[in-house]
Amino acid sequence: MAVTVKPQQIALAVSTDPMLPVPYRVLRVRRETSDTFTFEFGSVDGSRFPFAPGQFNMLYLFGVGEVPISISGDPERPEILVHTVRAVGTVTKSLCKLKPGDIIGVRGPFGSSWPVVEAAGDDIVIVAGGVGLAPLRPAIYHILNHRGEYGRVVLLYGARTPGDMLYKKELAEWRGRFDVQVEVTVDAAKPDEWRGNVGVVTTLIPRAHFDPHHVTALVCGPEIMMRFTILELQKRGLRDDQIYISMERNMKCAIGLCGHCQYGPNFICKDGPVFRFDTVKEIFGKREI
Amino acid sequence: MVGEQVLIERTDFQRLLDALHQRGYNVIGPTVHDGAIIYSEIASVEDLPIGWTDEHEAGRYRLKRRNDQALFGYVVGPYSWKKFLYPPVLSLWKAKKTGKSFEVVPNTDEPPQYAFIGVRSCELHAIFIQDRVFTNGKFTDPHYQARRQKIFIVAVNCVQAGGTCFCVSMKTGPKATVGFDLALTEIIDDQRHYFVVEVGTEKGAEILQKVPTKRAQPDDIQTAKERIAQAAQHMGRQLDTTNIKELLYRNLEHPRWDEVATRCLTCANCTMVCPTCFCTTVEDVTDLTGTEAERVRRWDSCFTLDFSYIHGGSVRASAKSRYRQWLTHKLASWIDQFGTSGCVGCGRCITWCPVGIDITEEVRAIRQSELNRTQ
Ligand SMILES: Cc1cc2nc3c(=O)[nH]c(=O)nc-3n(C[C@H](O)[C@H](O)[C@H](O)COP(=O)(O)OP(=O)(O)OC[C@H]3O[C@@H](n4cnc5c(N)ncnc54)[C@H](O)[C@@H]3O)c2cc1C
Ligand code: SF4
Ligand code: SF4
Ligand code: FES
Repeated sequence: MAVTVKPQQIALAVSTDPMLPVPYRVLRVRRETSDTFTFEFGSVDGSRFPFAPGQFNMLYLFGVGEVPISISGDPERPEILVHTVRAVGTVTKSLCKLKPGDIIGVRGPFGSSWPVVEAAGDDIVIVAGGVGLAPLRPAIYHILNHRGEYGRVVLLYGARTPGDMLYKKELAEWRGRFDVQVEVTVDAAKPDEWRGNVGVVTTLIPRAHFDPHHVTALVCGPEIMMRFTILELQKRGLRDDQIYISMERNMKCAIGLCGHCQYGPNFICKDGPVFRFDTVKEIFGKREI
Repeated sequence: MVGEQVLIERTDFQRLLDALHQRGYNVIGPTVHDGAIIYSEIASVEDLPIGWTDEHEAGRYRLKRRNDQALFGYVVGPYSWKKFLYPPVLSLWKAKKTGKSFEVVPNTDEPPQYAFIGVRSCELHAIFIQDRVFTNGKFTDPHYQARRQKIFIVAVNCVQAGGTCFCVSMKTGPKATVGFDLALTEIIDDQRHYFVVEVGTEKGAEILQKVPTKRAQPDDIQTAKERIAQAAQHMGRQLDTTNIKELLYRNLEHPRWDEVATRCLTCANCTMVCPTCFCTTVEDVTDLTGTEAERVRRWDSCFTLDFSYIHGGSVRASAKSRYRQWLTHKLASWIDQFGTSGCVGCGRCITWCPVGIDITEEVRAIRQSELNRTQ
């Protein structure tokens, strides 16, 4: 069947342009690791920045370029916009040099979000690898802000080395709580610098405390890490529709128009970045999709 | 008058162009340029490809003299109308430093008001498809929208099909049925050269008031119908679209992708000539003093390595994965994304592929291999 299209009524009013960055000022900078920084921004005109956990912004550095970066702050504090950036290339390296008072351009928020509202009543297991903890942090804030609405809550976090761990102070705080199980592991560490778990994050899954039939899993990290995490979660008895992942692809527009972020039939910028696993499982893990 | 059919004599055709010019339209139509039919600005009927036709085969295109003086006796050239509705290079905005901050100034240049002369039915459908892409989702491209809502479309029904055409398979032609202001069928007989004109909109009717017309007789209408039917019977290519989405989705690992990758040069020609391909990239630049920045949008192609680059490497590093992405997007995932095929069967990608890769042939090979397996 060839689907033919009829001409559309072209709306007469030209809508506001979602490609225009809005200036934001750097308020505070915190160094997380040797190459990763967390920035707090405030809008220049004092407006608030409401968003849902898991959404991202396009951050523009004057004349240098623009990159997609997840929002890593507390959704209930929309007066500050928080981003955690790892310096890997042209734009992110320049972003990581920002100082308080500097101005960047922000477009957003874009994309889908973690199902923190839908998951109320369930146990929650969060599995994060590396900078993958950044897009999950707003979900963690939300869940802890509304702790009573959830069953057991587990956070499993893996970093390459102890030095690569984000949000160390907060991790320690969360570990101190009696109502959250926090397990952290590193791929490798020198004996004198780390006394915790060594191994990939998936090794933490068998000992996480949750009810496999009433749990929602939120997973973010490198694709390979997500692949093995899903396998482990499936071994624990989770169905594909209990698992959510966040995908990454090249992005130029973030509004579904430039084509760069296509992932099978999905545009990661508008249908994602957060996907319920069963909706992408046919293509997930297929090479070069 | 909408829905009515009238006649315009060839000798009065200039009057139609004049009427559009008088109305302030920037009139764009087919011209002969560098050995190809190229859409560009036209002042008079003399600018049209009078007496020319084009031959299309996989990887081959040639202009040839006709033995008549037809104005629209060719099929389609390498460029489609998308270059006007969705320019290859477009400044989106400029930013000026203001102390520590900066101010973003959108490009609000008033786009030209275009009249397109000679839009083929497949090309009309390509425009409807881009309408869906750019104006029917959560976000709208204001630049496309501003150009699109002002255009005046003079469609031309095809009375001859090209060697790589398959609009009949895609149900997009050869007759323009909707979405035009005026639709012409060019008829050349021993004694007469005239156009049967169907009025599509009030706007079209209004323009015709400035042009000498006659009421079309049933015979004229019948002749036009027959000529279009002839074109429909002579499609150069065919594409069986039965369950094509499912066919391609279940064959993402088919060996045919490896085979086509040995031929494909990943030159991106197919995406540039395709009237529906819409991918773009952006460039952020500054002037020498560093006080003014600009964002420029350019056509991009899924055939480049950069297109899918993320830290660590390109997602689609192999030629196989890039050809697969292109073809499955056109014919399968486009349907999920926009509720329509991304291919209108214009044949450009076949004609302009330097190594003659044929989208219809690639699909046929995959379909055939499944049939062979089940036999
Ligand atoms: C939805 C989403 C959320 C993200 N969240 C974060 C985050 O919270 N923190 C963080 O540090 N990083 C995040 N990233 C990754 C970040 O966008 C890239 O590291 C960044 O684009 C690299 O750009 P660059 O100019 O520094 O690198 P270069 O290597 O110089 O970039 C070259 C080109 O490739 C693109 N590119 C390179 N790597 C990536 C990538 N991983 N993803 C998408 N495009 C890429 C760039 O945008 C640019 O167009 C996220 C990516 C996506 C898609
Ligand atoms: S895919 Fe090829 S035949 Fe189909 S619309 Fe594009 S250029 Fe024309
Ligand atoms: S299919 Fe042909 S035109 Fe398209 S990228 Fe490959 S060689 Fe170029
Ligand atoms: S980033 Fe442009 S379409 Fe998704």
